[in-house]
Amino acid sequence: MAREIGDVILKMEGISLSFGGVKALTNISFDVREHEIRSIIGPNGAGKSSMLNVINGVYHPQEGQVTFRGEIRRDMEPHKAAKQGIARTFQNIALFKGMSVIDNIMTGRNLKMKCNVFHHALHWGKARAEEIEHRKKVEEVIDFLEIQNIRKTPVGRLPYGLQKRVELGRALAAEPSMMLLDEPMAGMNVEEKQDMCRFILDVNDQFGTTIVLIEHDMGVVMDISDRVVVLDYGKKIGDGVPDEVKNNPDVIAAYLGTSH
Amino acid sequence: MSDPRGQAELNTFPRLLMQHAQQRPTRPAMREKEYGIWQTYSWAEVAQNVRAIACGLAELGFKRGDRLGIIGDNRPRLYWSVAACQCLGGIPVMMYQDAVAEEMAYVLQDAEIKFAVVEDQEQVDKMLEIREQCPLLEHVIYDDSRGMRHYADTFLLGLDELQSMGTAHDKSQPDFLDGEIRKGEPDDVSVMLYTSGTTGKPKGVCQTHDAFIQSAKGGCQFDKLTENEDILSYLPMAWVGDHLFSYAQAMVSGFTINCPESGETVMTDLREIGPTYYFAPPRVFENLLTTVLIRMEDASWFKRKIFGFAMDVAKRCGAEILDGKPVSTSDRFQYWLSNLLILGPLKNVLGFSRIRVAYTAGAAIGPDLFRFYRSIGINLKQLYGQTETCAYVCLQPDGQIKLDSVGKPAPGVEVKLAENGEILVKGPMLLKSYYKRPDATAESINEDGYFLTGDAGFFDEDGHLKIIDRAKDVGKLNSGSIFAPNYIENKLKFFQHVKEAVAFGNERDFVTAFINIDLEAVGNYVERRGLAYSGYTDLAAQPMVLQLIKECVEEINAQLASDPMMADSQIKRFLILHKELDADDGELTRTRKVRRKFVSERYAVLIDALYSGKSEQHIETDVKYEDGRQGKVSADLKIEEAKTFAPQAAKTAA
Repeated sequence: MAREIGDVILKMEGISLSFGGVKALTNISFDVREHEIRSIIGPNGAGKSSMLNVINGVYHPQEGQVTFRGEIRRDMEPHKAAKQGIARTFQNIALFKGMSVIDNIMTGRNLKMKCNVFHHALHWGKARAEEIEHRKKVEEVIDFLEIQNIRKTPVGRLPYGLQKRVELGRALAAEPSMMLLDEPMAGMNVEEKQDMCRFILDVNDQFGTTIVLIEHDMGVVMDISDRVVVLDYGKKIGDGVPDEVKNNPDVIAAYLGTSH
Repeated sequence: MSDPRGQAELNTFPRLLMQHAQQRPTRPAMREKEYGIWQTYSWAEVAQNVRAIACGLAELGFKRGDRLGIIGDNRPRLYWSVAACQCLGGIPVMMYQDAVAEEMAYVLQDAEIKFAVVEDQEQVDKMLEIREQCPLLEHVIYDDSRGMRHYADTFLLGLDELQSMGTAHDKSQPDFLDGEIRKGEPDDVSVMLYTSGTTGKPKGVCQTHDAFIQSAKGGCQFDKLTENEDILSYLPMAWVGDHLFSYAQAMVSGFTINCPESGETVMTDLREIGPTYYFAPPRVFENLLTTVLIRMEDASWFKRKIFGFAMDVAKRCGAEILDGKPVSTSDRFQYWLSNLLILGPLKNVLGFSRIRVAYTAGAAIGPDLFRFYRSIGINLKQLYGQTETCAYVCLQPDGQIKLDSVGKPAPGVEVKLAENGEILVKGPMLLKSYYKRPDATAESINEDGYFLTGDAGFFDEDGHLKIIDRAKDVGKLNSGSIFAPNYIENKLKFFQHVKEAVAFGNERDFVTAFINIDLEAVGNYVERRGLAYSGYTDLAAQPMVLQLIKECVEEINAQLASDPMMADSQIKRFLILHKELDADDGELTRTRKVRRKFVSERYAVLIDALYSGKSEQHIETDVKYEDGRQGKVSADLKIEEAKTFAPQAAKTAA
């Protein structure tokens, strides 16, 4: 493979998160290296999405620290994360249903727009040139994800699998250095899953984007991940390359259940 | 050559191309949609690119007479590669891009291909997969470099690199390519197209420059095509029709070809381009109509009313107005109004606003479908031809459209009928030979130089050719009159309620038929009448369904009775099969054609019942389910008698 897995860029140390009396995450530590595909897996309610929300700055852990590119983060907010080059998709698709695919992906360019609202409203001068530039980027994303045929279709009319792809497109449009994907393949059929896998691998390969992925489907995870973290009841029970994790007795127990 | 002076040297495709580049350098030759925007290439740019590709190929060691495989969707650079190959005196071999690697290996071996230009990673992967089986293959050149970063194989080369190699070569030896083009002769093979191979292995059909240029010229004259036409090139490049319309005719008359963005965007692209000249198989026209009708059903009652009005008017006089026949002033006014309100906007939505000439071929088109498009003012016509004849045998002349004929012999084409009704053709468009198959060539062209099409047909009173069936399927009834099962089956299949039909009658006293109903259409029909059913077998046995199909059969009989050749082929008795004919059970081929012999053996007891006068027959059939399990279906099938018509009484009854 051409892409070289680099240094650690994101480090989670001793993260604990609770909501009132409910402990969502307990003392979890792991790291993410540049250009790798890192998966977080675990049964329902294991705390996977909470973990992603911590990385993204939606939740603030009561304990522990997050280091991103050598900088310890405090009071993180999602929009700051986005400015630092972290984009994400959601488990329940969060697109603008009434807007076309192009417009939805264009929203991913929002942070990169420099002109003020008046220029944009008048579609004049610099704003015009800027919009053409952004539209070009959006078209590249559309080409990359092979969704030319639905370019102008309102997102709400698309089947689920395609909506997921559009959401990936919006995250891609921000040209992130790291992408957080929350169950990108949930509810898809085998073919759609295969397509999505290919796109994730292509993104990682062509743009060198670091990918942190939550997924239920063990088969998919084991095939495309470089390293996997396993959570269960908010605790980390496994961490390593797919083969290692697959043979970890705790992981097998968590997934298949054990006789107590 | 009988060409007038001055035209004589324009007898190969490279010469035509260079001529366009000089005469109309800035006119658009090709458009391609990329990143959502139509990019235009002028004739001068096309010529420039073709030169670069040709010189690049020469640099790689491509020699006169070498074959160049072309595999991919309709991309400008693939069309350029065809021209580039022809510049060097090579033979482009057009291959179907959706074929699996194994099928490609066969063509690569058969045509002894050393060089291939392919579209993208998908095709490159196939080439790598079959590389072992095709030791002759030396170079694979790819157009789209997406995903190709990690392919380090020296066997592969990007078209970009090839073109820059070629540009450098062309600069250092500017006379080289012109010299090569000068060496080309009209009698050289210009392209190899493979037959579909429904009967045996595919054969490579070698066509000369002259054959395609003559066919293209004839077609352009016939339909008065000019350099101002726009055509959407979306059908496989390996199909003879695309080579004629998108390559040969464009080269001859200098019009613009437009390549869609991808297979899925064809409908949008069609609307944006608004071609003036269009080709589609009947299936495409049918899908378009269905989409329109479904959307109309969701429209408000007022819109539906105007739509209904416009359709009625169009049905009444649209086709006549298109054909230039006399129509009353009031009808003309109503048609004008319908056109303003509905037909015009409808054509615009479909992308048909600018169409002057549209063709369909490849399969029989339903009369209702055909009439619909003509009535809304689209000059849809039928043609007839095959790979061996550059798809150029018969064309329907403007204003003389008959639903069930394929028109008159095209300019320069001679058509005659053999004794058994087989259609024989002769003209400049005939193939030179099948590649490396002198036996097959000798078999298909008789001593007088006629090509044996294998189709059976006859001329009607106006000299229009009617195709009835494959010659080998045509038999005779005991009364001595002709029996063409396909002709009858096709008529039945035009009904939406009939999915499949098998007609019997060879060496029998009368014609009988098996019918397969269309589960969805018939299911819908009975549900709206409040009837419940449990599955196909149950539905097929419902008296209401039998009655419905009986009406269809009787309508066909009335039509057949009006045709003196076919009046004896009316269906006397029929039954509705208890199961759908299925490829898994070997009853259909994978392309969904009925395997006549197999079906008649498997259901021999039913055929006996049809001819013995019984009114019911028990049958038990083994079936294979999709998951591989075996099972049995049994039923008591009712045999119905259908009304038949005396030949002379037909007109009134129909």
